[in-house]
Amino acid sequence: MDYFAQQLINGLVLGSIYGLIAIGYTMVYGIVGMINFAHGDIFMIGGFIALISFLILVSFGLTFVPVILLIVLLVAMLITALYGWTVERIAYRPLRHSFRLAPMLSAIGMSFVLTNYSQIAQGARVKPVPPIITGGYTLHEGVDGFVVRLSNVQIIVVITTIVLLALFTWLVARTRLGRDMRACEQDQTMASLLGVDVDRTISMTFVIGAALAAVAGMMYLLYYGQVDFFMGFVAGIKAFTAAVLGGIGSLPGAMLGGLLIGLIETLWSAYFSVEYKDVAAFSILIVVLIFMPTGLLGRPEVEKV
Amino acid sequence: MAGVSASARGSSAASPAPGAAFIFKKALISALVALVLFSLMIGVRTEAGSDGQLTYMTRFGDLAAMVATVFGGSIVVELLRQWWGPVGTIRIVPPSVQSGLALARRGIAPVLLVFTFLVPVIFYNERYILDLGILVLTYVMLGWGLNVVVGLAGLLDLGYVAFYAVGAYSYALLATNFGFSFWICLPLAGILAAFCGVLLGFPVLRLRGDYLAIVTLAFGEIIRLVIINWQSLTGGPNGVTGIPRPSFFGIPLTPGDDGLAARLGIEFSTTHRIVFLFYLILALALLTNWVTIRLRRLPIGRAWEALREDEVACRALGINTTTTKLTAFATGAMFGGLAGAFFATRQGFISPESFTFHESALVLAIVVLGGMGSQLGVALAALVMIGGFELFRGLEQFRMLVFGLAMVLLMIWRPRGLIGHRAPTVFLHHSQAISSDLVKEGHG
Repeated sequence: MDYFAQQLINGLVLGSIYGLIAIGYTMVYGIVGMINFAHGDIFMIGGFIALISFLILVSFGLTFVPVILLIVLLVAMLITALYGWTVERIAYRPLRHSFRLAPMLSAIGMSFVLTNYSQIAQGARVKPVPPIITGGYTLHEGVDGFVVRLSNVQIIVVITTIVLLALFTWLVARTRLGRDMRACEQDQTMASLLGVDVDRTISMTFVIGAALAAVAGMMYLLYYGQVDFFMGFVAGIKAFTAAVLGGIGSLPGAMLGGLLIGLIETLWSAYFSVEYKDVAAFSILIVVLIFMPTGLLGRPEVEKV
Repeated sequence: MAGVSASARGSSAASPAPGAAFIFKKALISALVALVLFSLMIGVRTEAGSDGQLTYMTRFGDLAAMVATVFGGSIVVELLRQWWGPVGTIRIVPPSVQSGLALARRGIAPVLLVFTFLVPVIFYNERYILDLGILVLTYVMLGWGLNVVVGLAGLLDLGYVAFYAVGAYSYALLATNFGFSFWICLPLAGILAAFCGVLLGFPVLRLRGDYLAIVTLAFGEIIRLVIINWQSLTGGPNGVTGIPRPSFFGIPLTPGDDGLAARLGIEFSTTHRIVFLFYLILALALLTNWVTIRLRRLPIGRAWEALREDEVACRALGINTTTTKLTAFATGAMFGGLAGAFFATRQGFISPESFTFHESALVLAIVVLGGMGSQLGVALAALVMIGGFELFRGLEQFRMLVFGLAMVLLMIWRPRGLIGHRAPTVFLHHSQAISSDLVKEGHG
């Protein structure tokens, strides 16, 4: 039971990270109707920028951890958001009225560009960092000596995710930008006729998605203590699975899907086999798409002729 | 929406070209964006020290160079854009040039085919060129196989490498475990791969473009992960070694007494095997091409093209989309499997390393570059891609960067392919006026 509780905690933390990435997929799919294949690599770039800014801050002699974390978070979100904006501007906007496979292929190309770019710029080796946040709480100590622990990193990851999700839900539900987004999601032509700047709204969607991916990248760095140039590919597919599982286009769905994927992956590794954990995640993607293409919280898609 | 954008384009074409100040401002903004983007990623380089501690050093020179490149590049792009004029302008080509181009287009396929047949004769002593030729032909075959799925049936398949892997591993395992010869295993590999294609096809029938792409990608990854982890069968990451070389229909290509060279009474040379492999893959590729061209004229081929153009209309006309998609998947997979078996016998060693997502993307890029559906286009695209990779061998580390950029630019510039594109085989050439007795509104 203790073992299960520990795995539950680990799974929820991992799931929060997936959920943050999944929001980027789900927003873009909802508005533009394309899978932003490069989103996983945006997450990877976010991790790298967090790592580099952290190193610089530490070398400047800053030691007060909360300030470091806040600055790193802001820098990573800002620069990564600009990456998201640039990718949309270069690779997707010119293709908005192209044939149906074009944005997907362009996104695959962009994903290769970003992966290879960070490999050349920062090298192919795994970048380890010493633990930044240490300590934690012992929740329960079993008779056999097994300890259920909740570390401070885990608490920070979960709290950040909850805060960001609340902020983001407010943004979509209450602000002008959120209303524009929902309008574009329903009908771009009509929205533009009613004075919504469609291009700007789509850009902002990519910017917000990239900023959240940067937070996920930073959380990944804090939690696992390392980044590498190839981590975006698998994490991206898993987050996409989460978005599909939750119902693509739905924000709470993306978070729910992320938590479920995180839990399934952790429990699968704990009770079955670590080697096949990715196979399990990918199989879930296939099974969900076949039997439940609208996901848990998604709307059924209407086919227009 | 299309109308709106077209009119916007028209008005921008009518207005005078923007001046130097505009170009300068645009370049400055690009440079600023580049400065922020590259500031940490290029301006700072992290390196793990000997004690495992991560250190960093600054590279402001590189950063400045990159930003300057973006600034200059932006000006050049803007000038080029003005010189070229707005996208979508119809350029008038003189009729004499047009007819010349048409003639060249008709002539290029036979000339290329004859040249390919003569390659082993001309370059008999150039081992490097022969090897490169075999590699190019392998990708031509893969491209033609994927063309059935993507180009003809319009189903975006990102996991084509899975079938390539299935073909390669079926030959490798059957040959090393049971001692089957290449010529028995070749059809078996094709059948097994086709079976995998059907296996994948069944669940994905209901999915549309993007979802289909992601599921095929996941399928490709699953196959690769299973190969890596099922160590008792596949040898895991170590791969399968000692895969037998192919024989000339039972006669081995060895220096021994029963070898082909001894029987023909000529001196043995290792080049014989290379030449044999060259003609083998050429024959396989031509078989793929021939089958595809024949299938295209059959009802099933027509159904594939109809499916590509409009799935809903296709269903409304009573075409069974289930069987149509399944046959497309199975046919494409079979050719992938055959190419895989050839790959295994040529290499003599296979490992999961050879079957990554990059391989799928490369074959897909060949099909897209070739114009999705054009057989000649795919062959030329394979030549350009693989040849290009060989030419820039020294820049190995920039390979995927250039490849990705090329894919993005291609989609923006010529989304229907660089070399050619395939229009539907059958269509109405001209609309006919029908007597008003037949149609209520007058014209049909």
